Amino acid sequence: MLNVGKIEEGLVLDHIKAGKSMEIYRYLQLDKLDCTVAIIKNARSNKMEKKDIIKVECDIDTLNLDILGYIDHNITVNVIQKGEIVEKKALHLPKEIKNVIHCHNPRCITSIEQELPHIFVLADAAKEVYRCKYCEEKYSKKASRDK
Amino acid sequence: MNHLLSPLDFSTEELDELFDLADDIERNPEKYAHVCAGKKLATCFYEPSTRTRLSFETAMLNLGGSVIGFSDAASSSASKGESVADTTRVICCFADICAMRHPKEGAAFVAASNSSIPIINAGDGGHQHPTQTLTDLMTIHALKGRLGNFTVGLCGDLKFGRTVHSLIHALVRYENVTFKFISPEELRVPDYIIEMLREKEIPYEEVISLESCIPELDLLYMTRVQRERFFNEEDYVRLKDFYILDKAKMNLAKQDCLVLHPLPRVNEISVEVDDDERAVYFKQVQYGVYVRMALILKLLELA
Repeated sequence: MLNVGKIEEGLVLDHIKAGKSMEIYRYLQLDKLDCTVAIIKNARSNKMEKKDIIKVECDIDTLNLDILGYIDHNITVNVIQKGEIVEKKALHLPKEIKNVIHCHNPRCITSIEQELPHIFVLADAAKEVYRCKYCEEKYSKKASRDK
Repeated sequence: MNHLLSPLDFSTEELDELFDLADDIERNPEKYAHVCAGKKLATCFYEPSTRTRLSFETAMLNLGGSVIGFSDAASSSASKGESVADTTRVICCFADICAMRHPKEGAAFVAASNSSIPIINAGDGGHQHPTQTLTDLMTIHALKGRLGNFTVGLCGDLKFGRTVHSLIHALVRYENVTFKFISPEELRVPDYIIEMLREKEIPYEEVISLESCIPELDLLYMTRVQRERFFNEEDYVRLKDFYILDKAKMNLAKQDCLVLHPLPRVNEISVEVDDDERAVYFKQVQYGVYVRMALILKLLELA
């Protein structure tokens, strides 16, 4: 079995759905960080059978974790200091997400003005519904997940 | 910076103030004839809309201000590929306030986000048209003397009709309003509106027959079935004359039941109804000017 060592300071993102780690790597823009990043794919898990794990050795405030709440709020975020877990962060749906999902309403101003950021605002947290900040087109995370 | 992007941007208290001001303008037009002297309104219309544009321009001229602008995208820099954001930044150097009509939804929001002057959304595609809603509310306020305690019938295209959706959202903020949705099955009011009414426990009924429910109405809001909303010409032809309000139907209505229409009217109201004093759709146009005058004054902080 492959072993990846402990990190001294940083974040361990655990319980990532197997196969999703590269997507999260891109969303968190980990390629832009000058630090150690370990991606473990298809690790064995009692809870999930298979899971992905990302370990990032960085200042814990470096990453914007809001987006993780949008991608999958079941991910466990462990904050590591001096090699030990000091905190488990709870993930929430972010109030606003930028350039993560795109508005597909052909009548939306973003359909003709390419330079505009695609911004979605949380409209209903219980139903996980976001709305385009421009045209208010509905985007349901649940509906999209169930497809 | 104050803008008007959605009909719900104003609270009901702010709307009361606006309508009171519009009432005063109606009664004392000379008092307001020069209050905007030296001020310029830019009407930036990326698609033609004669009535809305002329109503804004008339409003500003009545206030003693002047007007600049364009009336279709072809005569603007949009034809050269300029973004709404850049056009807005340029307009801010020329004018004190801007009314914008654009075929794309959210265009007015983009303008407001890049503007140092008040932006009025004069229609952004099928999304919002707040000054039409203000016009509708102003007409009801002026002629009924109240915004609440009535049964309102909305008739025609309730599925695609932007003005109808906005009016419903505006009226649910008032007390004791009952809705009657009169439409063919294909043009029923969208589910999200029905859900909203259920959540707020506001009484409503969906019916197909106009004759059956017209006697109960205090207000009847007629709408046109719009050809451009249909992908299939056959469906449009089948539905366009589904409702025609004529004298016979008006005879079934209450003596004080007002008939409103956002115009343009095609066949849905017979011209024989025009002489009926309950038909107020042309008065509605006049109230649209008063309420736009009041809006300009409010946004420019001149009242």
